[in-house]
Amino acid sequence: MTQAEALQEYLLRLADSDMILGQRLCELCGKAPALEEELALMNVALDLVGQARNWYEYAAELIDDGGDADKLAFRRDAHNYRNLLLTEQPNEDYAVTMGRQFFFDAWHYLTLKSLVDSSDERVAGIAAKALKEATYHLRRSSEWIKRLGDGTEESHRRMQDAVDILWRFTGELITPDDTDHIMAEAGIGPEPDQLASNWREMVNEVLTQATLTPGADDAWMYMGGKHGEHTEHLGFILAEMQFLQRAYPDATTW
Amino acid sequence: MYAQLVETGSKRLKTKEEMSPQEREFQEKVDAEIKIEAKNWMPEGYRKTLVRQISQHAHSEVVGMLPEGNWVTRAPTLKRKLQLMAKIQDEAGHGLYLYSAMETLGADRDEEIEKLHQGKAKYSSIFNYPTLNWADMGAVGWLVDGAAIVNQVVLQRTSYGPYSRAMVRICKEESFHQRQGYQILLDLMREGTDEQKAMVQDAINRLWWPSLMMFGPHDDESPNSQQSLAWKIKRKGNDELRQMFIDQTVPQLEFLGCTAPDPDLKWNEETGHYDFGEINWQEFYDVLKGNGPCNRERINTRKKAIDEGRWVREAAVAYAKKQKQRTQAA
Repeated sequence: MTQAEALQEYLLRLADSDMILGQRLCELCGKAPALEEELALMNVALDLVGQARNWYEYAAELIDDGGDADKLAFRRDAHNYRNLLLTEQPNEDYAVTMGRQFFFDAWHYLTLKSLVDSSDERVAGIAAKALKEATYHLRRSSEWIKRLGDGTEESHRRMQDAVDILWRFTGELITPDDTDHIMAEAGIGPEPDQLASNWREMVNEVLTQATLTPGADDAWMYMGGKHGEHTEHLGFILAEMQFLQRAYPDATTW
Repeated sequence: MYAQLVETGSKRLKTKEEMSPQEREFQEKVDAEIKIEAKNWMPEGYRKTLVRQISQHAHSEVVGMLPEGNWVTRAPTLKRKLQLMAKIQDEAGHGLYLYSAMETLGADRDEEIEKLHQGKAKYSSIFNYPTLNWADMGAVGWLVDGAAIVNQVVLQRTSYGPYSRAMVRICKEESFHQRQGYQILLDLMREGTDEQKAMVQDAINRLWWPSLMMFGPHDDESPNSQQSLAWKIKRKGNDELRQMFIDQTVPQLEFLGCTAPDPDLKWNEETGHYDFGEINWQEFYDVLKGNGPCNRERINTRKKAIDEGRWVREAAVAYAKKQKQRTQAA
């Protein structure tokens, strides 16, 4: 894989993870546990889809086949999607929603923090704006993990269940592959070992404060999203999200 | 209009002589266009009417997120998706500051929401209609937000200070939503395929009459209007507002190249206004009573969100309490 190919691949991973998690949050419209949460969830979703658009635009320029950001978002099938499996997991209860958000936010924040210093100026620019948003996302989801973990008996049980359910999708966040290594060596992406240890430290600290137990270090991990091998959920997400573009392929404007 | 048929508790206006000195002083202040603030004395009927109207308005913002939520997961492009998400987020924000304005009157947000879930409180009838194709997202912005703005622009001058100030802020955002909605329709009509153009006309056909119903019944069928107008909670009658909306909307409709599902709609040279056909009032009252296409779904969705979120809210309260104790112990 050349560095140019790796960069395209890497940009799609960033974009797709933002997009799919944003889509999951859109599903919660009108269903949040409080009006303040409606506002916050849509706000986070808006940030994520906005960031996805920025990454898609850059990726589309590099791919240079006449397609644009919308084509990447709305005309690729699941096996071409490169999002983390964690982001496509269903909302379930609010503990799962916030657990998924927190594991992602910790990874997202650390990744963007590193990308701000990327040797690729365009990447650094997009990351700088996104980092401000992700900093807020992480603060918010960390607070919720603590509230739910250290709230009532019921919330603690639900939050621990959520950690247990989601843990198997966290390995993918911090297990590097060729693309990650090429990006790190080129000074474009984060250094994988450092990202992994920072993520573990951050997650452990918040879970401990929240009186929650993290998964085992040697737990089996479900991976594949970064290579287009997804859980059964993604197909349904895309069927809904891409419906109009698929049903009206001749339409050139919306 | 997001508040329809607000009960005032009085079917007849009191004369100045019938008023107590306090009531007279209050009415003179209102007549002199001096804003009433939360700490000022106010007649109980005025307070109750405002609580009903502002809570209805807030409920409408929140329930109004649902017909749009129906399409936010299926928006066709990144740009349209982001626009729709931002609009929904604004509506949640409007709901929040309207509930806050309502709470300045001593009402409780949770209690008022409970009334909504029990079917005791109303919200705008328009949100009981389904959104069936993508162009509905344009038509809702253009017609529904458009009708709301006609009412809300006038409400910026409503006599209760906190409500009036909330309206000023809301109007700015609503105007933006309306322009965005119209742009969706305009783009589809100008550059869309025949199928897309058909979506636009279909959306207008379905939402036209329900939008006109948003202004409420005729003034002579609206027993509470007189008191609301005297208190300057309302500033203009339902029929006048409806006519304003039609007069400003028909040219926009023609510019789109679409038609309204009303054979009687035509320009009247003599009056300088558009004439239009009679609204199906039976349908209006049916929807208000709970028999619209989506009444059950809308309330069930809201009720389910609040019911299923109870443990989350309880956890937040319990955690805050623990944190407070820890701070005190430290």
